[in-house]
Amino acid sequence: MNPFSSGTRLRDMIRAIRACKTAAEERAVVRKECADIRALINEDDPHDRHRNLAKLMFIHMLGYPTHFGQMECLKLIASPGFPEKRIGYLGLMLLLDERQEVLMLVTNSLKQDLNHSNQYVVGLALCALGNICSAEMARDLAPEVERLIQFRDPNIRKKAALCSTRIIRKVPDLAENFVNAAASLLKEKHHGVLITGVQLCYELCTINDEALEYFRTKCTEGLIKTLRDITNSAYQPEYDVAGITDPFLHIRLLRLLRVLGQGDADASDLMTDILAQVATKTESNKNAGNAVLYECVETIMAIEDTNSLRVLAINILGRFLSNRDNNIRYVALNMLMKAITFDDQAVQRHRVTILECVKDPDASIRKRALELVTLLVNENNVTQLTKELIDYLEISDEDFKEDLSAKICFIVEKFSPEKLWYIDQMLKVLCEAGKFVKDDVWHALIVVISNASELHGYTVRALYKSVLTYSEQETLVRVAVWCIGEYGDLLVNNVGMLGIEDPITVTESDAVDVIEDAITRHNSDSTTKAMALVALLKLSSRFPSISERIKDIIVKQKGSLLLEMQQRAIEYNSIVDRHKNIRSSLVDRMPVLDEATFNVRRAGSFPASVSTMAKPSVSLQNGVEKLPVAPLVDLLDLDSDDIMAAPSPSGTDFLQDLLGVDLGSSSAQYGATQAPKAGTDLLLDILSIGTPSPAQNSTSSIGLLSIADVNNNPSIALDTLSSPAPPHVATTSSTGMFDLLDGLSPSPSKEATNGPAYAPIVAYESSSLKIEFTFSKTPGNLQTTNVQATFTNLSPNTFTDFIFQAAVPKFLQLHLDPASSNTLLASGSGAITQNLRVTNSQQGKKSLVMRMRIGYKLNGKDVLEEGQVSNFPRGL
Amino acid sequence: MIHFVLLVSRQGKVRLTKWYSPYTQKERSKVIRELSGVILNRGPKLCNFIEWRGYKVVYKRYASLYFCMCIDEADNELEVLEIIHHYVEILDRYFGSVCELDLIFNFHKAYYILDELLIAGELQESSKKTVARIISAQDQLVEVAKEEASSISNIIAQATK
Repeated sequence: MNPFSSGTRLRDMIRAIRACKTAAEERAVVRKECADIRALINEDDPHDRHRNLAKLMFIHMLGYPTHFGQMECLKLIASPGFPEKRIGYLGLMLLLDERQEVLMLVTNSLKQDLNHSNQYVVGLALCALGNICSAEMARDLAPEVERLIQFRDPNIRKKAALCSTRIIRKVPDLAENFVNAAASLLKEKHHGVLITGVQLCYELCTINDEALEYFRTKCTEGLIKTLRDITNSAYQPEYDVAGITDPFLHIRLLRLLRVLGQGDADASDLMTDILAQVATKTESNKNAGNAVLYECVETIMAIEDTNSLRVLAINILGRFLSNRDNNIRYVALNMLMKAITFDDQAVQRHRVTILECVKDPDASIRKRALELVTLLVNENNVTQLTKELIDYLEISDEDFKEDLSAKICFIVEKFSPEKLWYIDQMLKVLCEAGKFVKDDVWHALIVVISNASELHGYTVRALYKSVLTYSEQETLVRVAVWCIGEYGDLLVNNVGMLGIEDPITVTESDAVDVIEDAITRHNSDSTTKAMALVALLKLSSRFPSISERIKDIIVKQKGSLLLEMQQRAIEYNSIVDRHKNIRSSLVDRMPVLDEATFNVRRAGSFPASVSTMAKPSVSLQNGVEKLPVAPLVDLLDLDSDDIMAAPSPSGTDFLQDLLGVDLGSSSAQYGATQAPKAGTDLLLDILSIGTPSPAQNSTSSIGLLSIADVNNNPSIALDTLSSPAPPHVATTSSTGMFDLLDGLSPSPSKEATNGPAYAPIVAYESSSLKIEFTFSKTPGNLQTTNVQATFTNLSPNTFTDFIFQAAVPKFLQLHLDPASSNTLLASGSGAITQNLRVTNSQQGKKSLVMRMRIGYKLNGKDVLEEGQVSNFPRGL
Repeated sequence: MIHFVLLVSRQGKVRLTKWYSPYTQKERSKVIRELSGVILNRGPKLCNFIEWRGYKVVYKRYASLYFCMCIDEADNELEVLEIIHHYVEILDRYFGSVCELDLIFNFHKAYYILDELLIAGELQESSKKTVARIISAQDQLVEVAKEEASSISNIIAQATK
């Protein structure tokens, strides 16, 4: 002990800290020590530095800040003695990392020490450089390190070699400087140098292609010989680990051979013998041997095709897989994932064992096995594997259910042989792990259910049964609520029974019980509650006998703490209460959801781009609406979790979900005051009596705007919705809605039943002549509109030599077909029709406009009429 | 490569940390907290590997101490177990049946030995004998320096009497 030093010794400080009973006590001791050390640092006494730094390192390990000691490290490194340097470098590596500026200050000391006469000092400097050097330091000191690779003492050579690996990782440009030096290390006999030399070569090969080529041509044979020598070498106590001579060297040689053989048939050929030898002769009863075998298998699978070797490798993995040691099983699963790419059959043979591993108590093994099983699934084994996995899902740990259910859903979706099976499996997953199922998964399930019309009854009954037992599985409840809302009548009447089902008796009130339970349960989240509310509205129409009870439940939600729920409850209540005549059409069953669109959207390649989605021909048949796709996809947005966070936009989805038509029509009302004609189109869009794509853009934007209005004053909005409606509102939604807007469109009902895409317009009307345009689109050519012009003579005299001329701006192209006649009979008793084809090159951005001139002879006198048509429907 | 080495006692106390990849002080304590939580709670017969943040952590328990090394996903886990064992054997030889207390009071020795075993996250020596020899040679150098220093200070002390 140095007589001049003051303060406690390192040992005493550690004792004092260990003696502390509480964290607070420990902090106090550390604070006092740190204060002492700071004071001593300020005195700048070289005698204590050594000990202070040691103390600081200990304090650092406990997690206390020790930045004030950094400069002490530098001072110790700069001092001449070995003990000071030794602890200084240790502190440097411990207290600093490559990102600290202070580190740059040490570069000079490092450079001096790398040239030091004492080899142990050189070793210290190399070690520090190898562990924490930054890119700048690597650049500055690379020449020194390169020189030291040839140093006389092997212990310096090996350190320099590893230091070089760090340098080339930091600065890959320097790689070529090290190639020759690295190659010379491969000829060494000293194991430490050989190991580090092989490591350096491996690193060079992965970084630099030229180096790889160089080592491949120059060193492959030498490396193989080295590996052979070491494999066949007699017992060497210094390097022996469990009967294998230097497994570390074995592994590094095999790894270097792997990169040399990969992608090169000749090199691969050279190494087959030795690989076969290692694979067959290595003892596999100890970990060291298995480590070598594992590396060997990996090399065999990476190098160019040598089938017999691969059989050997797969057999080793099979043995690994049945090993009792968990570590060995883990690496086997790991390797089989790689093996599956070239020999699926061989891996399939181990399927049963792998499935067992999925059920292992060890989380690491389970995870590996699960990934592997996912890769193993194909059309042939999907039913069996899914059954196994779902059976296990029932008994697995809670924290594993998330991973497991996600994988099952993935498998089921990918390989499902039929819809019934898909729905069955998904229901099982939802029952067991509904809490963990991601949104897109159950959305997809709803889309599939919606598309499987023959399974609606079966599904809703199955869901009803499951939800009674598993009401705590949130997503199960959501899907069930949705289905009961949509197909509640099928549930009650046992419609569409499949042979496999037992009939059940569900009363209407039982079905409502489920929904009520979902909406009143305290742990249902807002999405579930919102869905339940919609379902209730739908059921109020499906189950007229208990609509009073349903109304009561809705009314209770007026007191909900969630603003959105409150508002919807008020609105729905108003619908139930006051608009019985339109309710049934408002809450009609959802049209079939479009699977393709959903999948595209789910894949995220078309984020809600509306214009790509519309189908060209959508028609109205027997009251079954085929709504345009876009709003339907939006419906699925309803489920997004932020529904309450952003009430206004999600409100749109909400209402659209519910009514499909209702919301749009109210917006059309608003739009109508400003743009009567456009309003008609909007309405048509929303009713989707044939909706080509472009119009939907305007629909959605206007829809959003008017939602704001609705939100501001919902009751007024609802009143406006219905007030223009004459008392005799028809039951089919199309005519009903047209009646609402009577007067906006000239002859809607007739056209609507014919199903044109756009409302006809009166293009021109004078005292003697009326011109009407009707529009249609050629499927697949959105830019072109076929216009049929109908000319009607309003005067009491017949027109002769009737000729119609039209002109359009440059962005349009117009083609006129011949007219049906050139004589127009008097008083509307006959009409001429003429077809026009207009191609709009800026379709979606600009609307059609047209000037026209009509010439005819009236009583032998030429008459010329002119007009401009600017009231074309939008989006043509 | 090995990204870091951790020695954690069964009580969760850190006994040694060595970082071969850059981690800030904050990240370091987070990593230690996270991993010691996972490792200390694992059952006895499970495998020695944990998949963690895209890396693998190989750990092995020796008496009251857990030795952990974090490696890349593609590295050989079984070999890392051997490296840990290699290190423990060298420690054992150096301290003469090593125990946790040895590593607490002589933590710097444990670091010196580790530095002779690993550089830049890679193994540098497979011979236990060589490592022992180099360490004892350096210890010798320190002893010599100390003796010199104390003899000089004795001379000064006598001179100032």
